[in-house]
Amino acid sequence: MLLGPSLALSAILFSLGVAGVLLRRNAIVLFMCIELMLNAVNLTFVALSRLYGAGGYVMVFFVMTVAAAEAAVGLAIILAIFRHEQSVDLENINLLRG
Amino acid sequence: MPVHLVWLTVAFPLLGFLVNGALAFARPNARRAVSVAGVGSLVASFVVSLGIFLTVRSAHIVEPEIVKLWAWLPVDRFHIDIAFQVDPLAAVMLLVVTGVGSLIHLFSVGYMQEDAGYARYFAYLNLFIVFMLVLVLGSSLPVLFIGWEGVGLCSYLLIGFWFSDTANASAGKKAFLMNRIGDFGVLIAMFQLWTTLGTLEFVGIAREAPRLLQPGGTAVTLITLFLFLGCTGKSAQIPLYTWLPDAMAGPTPVSALIHAATMVTAGVYLVARTNVLFAMAPATSTLIAGVGALTALFAASIGLRQYDIKKVLAYSTVSQLGYMFVGVGTGVFVSGLFHLVTHAFFKALLFLGAGSVIHAMHHAYHASHSHDDAQDMRNMGGLRSYLPKTWVLMWIATLAIAGVPPFSGFFSKDEILTAAFVRGADNPWYYLFYAMGLAAAFATAFYMARLMVMTFHGENRSGAAAREHLHEPGAIMTGPLIVLGVLSALGGILNVPAALGGHHALAGWLRPVFAPSAGYLQVEELRGSTEYLLIAAAVLAGVAGLVLGYRATLNSRLLPAREALPDTGFARVLANKYYVDEAYDRVIVRPVVGFSRSVLWRFFDQGLVDGLLVNGSARLFRGVGWLGSQLQTGQVGFYVLFFAVGAVWILHVLLG
Amino acid sequence: MEQFFSPILAAIGYNRWILHVLLILPLVGAIGILVAPGSWARWFTLVVAGLEFFLALGLWFAFDPSNGGIQFESQVDWIRGWGVSYHIGIDGISLFMVLLATGMMPLLVWGSWHSIQVRRRGYYALLLALKSAMIGVFISLDLFLFYCFWELLLIPMYFLIGVWGSSNRLYAATKFVLYTFSGSLLMLVAIVAMVWTVGRATGTYSFSYDHLLANRDALAGQAPWLFTAFALAFAVKVPIFPFHTWLPDAHVEAPTAGSVDLAVILLKMGTYGFLRFAIPLFPAFALSPAVSAVFVVLAVTGILYAALVSMVQPDLKKLVAYSSVSHLGFVMLGIWGSTVQSVQGAIMVMIAHGVSTGCLFFLIGMLYDRRHTRLIADYGGIARVAPILTTAFVITAFASIGLPGLNGFIGEFLVLLGSYARFPVAVGIATIVIVFAAAYLLWAVQRVFFSPLVHEANRTLRDVDLRELAVLVPLVGSMIWMGVYPNPFLRRTEAASRRYIEMVSPHLPPLAHEAGVIRQEAAR
Repeated sequence: MLLGPSLALSAILFSLGVAGVLLRRNAIVLFMCIELMLNAVNLTFVALSRLYGAGGYVMVFFVMTVAAAEAAVGLAIILAIFRHEQSVDLENINLLRG
Repeated sequence: MPVHLVWLTVAFPLLGFLVNGALAFARPNARRAVSVAGVGSLVASFVVSLGIFLTVRSAHIVEPEIVKLWAWLPVDRFHIDIAFQVDPLAAVMLLVVTGVGSLIHLFSVGYMQEDAGYARYFAYLNLFIVFMLVLVLGSSLPVLFIGWEGVGLCSYLLIGFWFSDTANASAGKKAFLMNRIGDFGVLIAMFQLWTTLGTLEFVGIAREAPRLLQPGGTAVTLITLFLFLGCTGKSAQIPLYTWLPDAMAGPTPVSALIHAATMVTAGVYLVARTNVLFAMAPATSTLIAGVGALTALFAASIGLRQYDIKKVLAYSTVSQLGYMFVGVGTGVFVSGLFHLVTHAFFKALLFLGAGSVIHAMHHAYHASHSHDDAQDMRNMGGLRSYLPKTWVLMWIATLAIAGVPPFSGFFSKDEILTAAFVRGADNPWYYLFYAMGLAAAFATAFYMARLMVMTFHGENRSGAAAREHLHEPGAIMTGPLIVLGVLSALGGILNVPAALGGHHALAGWLRPVFAPSAGYLQVEELRGSTEYLLIAAAVLAGVAGLVLGYRATLNSRLLPAREALPDTGFARVLANKYYVDEAYDRVIVRPVVGFSRSVLWRFFDQGLVDGLLVNGSARLFRGVGWLGSQLQTGQVGFYVLFFAVGAVWILHVLLG
Repeated sequence: MEQFFSPILAAIGYNRWILHVLLILPLVGAIGILVAPGSWARWFTLVVAGLEFFLALGLWFAFDPSNGGIQFESQVDWIRGWGVSYHIGIDGISLFMVLLATGMMPLLVWGSWHSIQVRRRGYYALLLALKSAMIGVFISLDLFLFYCFWELLLIPMYFLIGVWGSSNRLYAATKFVLYTFSGSLLMLVAIVAMVWTVGRATGTYSFSYDHLLANRDALAGQAPWLFTAFALAFAVKVPIFPFHTWLPDAHVEAPTAGSVDLAVILLKMGTYGFLRFAIPLFPAFALSPAVSAVFVVLAVTGILYAALVSMVQPDLKKLVAYSSVSHLGFVMLGIWGSTVQSVQGAIMVMIAHGVSTGCLFFLIGMLYDRRHTRLIADYGGIARVAPILTTAFVITAFASIGLPGLNGFIGEFLVLLGSYARFPVAVGIATIVIVFAAAYLLWAVQRVFFSPLVHEANRTLRDVDLRELAVLVPLVGSMIWMGVYPNPFLRRTEAASRRYIEMVSPHLPPLAHEAGVIRQEAAR
């Protein structure tokens, strides 16, 4: 059916997400790229659950929940960083340097 | 007095120690109470000792009576009680220790009267008697060892009695350390004895040694050598004698009691106590006699050129102890002990006499505000008119130590020399020891005459101001001197040899003690004429020494210490004690301390172990951690890149 | 005395609850201090410490000297799935360690009374928590429990050194924790491996000491590395030369009570570990000639080396710290001497060293409180101004030197005597230390207390007050007691020592002299 194109679309979306995370410097954009990757995975789950049963749908809800929680925490952190640094450019944020 | 009450002899001085120790903190100026407790406890102890002695005599106690007090070290098969052994030898030692001890305590009442540490002094002195009695009464080596180390402790405390002076404190420490080298020997001997015999009690040793040890074998030679090492420490023999002259830093009665009459003779007592072992080890015995003879001569030669009156007597003590070791090393244990007893009398007298001289000199200098040395004989001279009683009594002691008949020293010293000569028949080394002993006898007489002349004869050199204040001390100090004078003069009666019409009373008394060793020592009879010849030679050496010493010193131009010229040539070597102290310091003490400081501590401990290994490993881990931390750039992009590459690689491995 | 006390103790069921109470009480006290007002801390600790000591005294009477096995035993399952249980009890070896730990408690509080001025609550709470851990180490009969207490102990000690120590305290505290921790982690691995190996062989997976001991044959194959892991953990704690360098730093930087606790209890944990675990579990390997040689050589080297290094220390606390290394060397020698005499001697050295070195640290602390220096060169002539302090120090020094009639001699003598049959040369070399021991302590005594009073500041140095006297008198008194009448101590350790020897004896070569003595007894 539509399995092949669905998986292809999911792969493209995921790659876009990875590329975005790797290349962009803006924390908000980076964050959106991560969401993109998560949703690419969700698409895979949905597509494959046609073959393997309802487990995939359940998983999608898990992922969405986690993504929501992550969005809340992540955006809060980014907001805190912005208040502190007046910027969300990751070039300037390297507190973890050893 | 029942023998089982022997613990009272120890209990009284212990009580004295406790009372005086408490007074030293609470009421240091309660001199009367201190004197009563200090001297009274000793006199009580002496009375008990006398009672014990009489009981041993009347009851003919031959087998040692063991008086057990409590179990001390009961460990499996090893079992040591705190127990006292009463036998003829212990009875003799009891009398000597408490008798001479009482006299010296009494003397101290006068001598230390004005000292701020009066109570502390008597506490130490009483404690010393406690340990000395434990030493002579102990029924086993470990109990003896309590006393052995305990007297060392008291010696340490009393030498450093005036501790504010660094030299005194150092002398005390030196004495304790050198004694400890000897104690090492005693400990090893105990371990070896326990391992081979399975007992450390004297009765057990006497019983088991003949059964389990090979006469002349390695085991017994080793044991006796280590025991003798202990004796060289405690009894100040070569090579461990250097502490005794320094020990003169203590108060003079202490020198008389501890460093002349009692403690330093403990080594001789130990050899006598374990006589069966020494009789079974002829090689050790020869060594002991050799060391004794060498020490006797060596120390006497140093005594020839000393100016400090106490130093002369100290070297004299070392030398006389050498005689005792010649005696016990020759196998005539009785003669060694006999000399121990007579030496206790005349050397205590000499020291107390010196004490009375120093007391007088000290007071005179104190009264005339002079800072001259009150012990330097060059500052004395002509004291006989100021201290007549002391003068007479010290001459008695001098004649006794020089071996002039009929004074006590003659009998004891002559017996030792004769025995050494006799032993020469089967071991020619002993002829050499005899000759050395004879030479030492000459030197002894010489330096004693020199001491007497420099102190009492000729012109007085104390200075006009001090001279007016010179006077004999009171009866509390001269009284004990007189008693000791009588004993020094007549002590020879104890053991007059057959050749002079006696019947060896002391030898008969001590026979049961030395019975176990009798089988290993053949006794050679002397022809009468040889014996008289030997007696004549000994007397001649003594008299010649006295006469020559007297004349040489009287004729020499003596100047007060302040004006005296330094010695030159060999005299200087003698005055500097052959530089043995300096040699020990350079060769042993400083290298050990230096090695410990720079090699062991700074290089090995701080540098190698702590610096390189411990902190080094810490630094190593820190370095590795630093390298790892370089991967943490802080750039999120890098982390993601690593993550992505890693994920792809893992997928590749899993799927590919 | 015993006839009088035993029925009373039996009536109150003492044997059943005493160890639990001793273990918990300090911990409860520590929590109590934290919730109570800060000004109560000292008195509250003193009451808890006094109560603990008073309760522990009963052990002296309730303990059955004729029984060499475990007494006051109790066992409750803790983590059943892993075979872990709360299993406690003591025998003659651990009895005195517990008594030492509890007996020191009131003295530690007295000794810190004025020295600790800041953060008193935390200090006393940690001091009490430390006690619980110490007691736990000595009464645990389950290796899991033992390991927990073993590590638990590091935490309060770390803070005691790190917070209330002197200038270089952080370095010393970190070094102490890392050093001992790296040793004990190996032990944890060994414990787990041991449980697993025995579990596979017997089907019962249990951390119980009795179970492991009974099945120690199953461990024989892995004994070399298991023993090495245990030995390293204990060797660091003892400390055996050359693992000793944490000790001088820890001692010097720790506050007085910390130094005392280190000397009295912590150092004994290592030797106790050897006696209780490392050797009985792997006797064949531990007592084999090669391994014996290693430990005897290390012990003798440590004895002499530490004494020599001690001699040249300019700092009093360091001097005593190195002397501890020397004394603990005697314990190691005695343990490997493996005769009843040497093992009892080793236990006696452990007790005696605790009392006399503890007292030395108290005395140095008193000097430090007065002059705020530990350097020997800053003193001199103290005997003139502080005779009682001097007397106490000199007696303690002689006890430490091993003067017969005081406590140090008993242990050292028995160790050397007992080990001589097995290692005559080593004992001969070790005995030389009696000279060096006298040298370092008497030299220090001379420079601190005798000689002229050169420093003006020392002229007004005051003698001990009543509080300090209350610390010193029990310690000095017990030194004399143990030296003159050590019988009560020896009697209580004898059965346990004999049982220990029986436990390891199948793996020991026979002694030449024992054969001799037996022959002799047969002949009689």
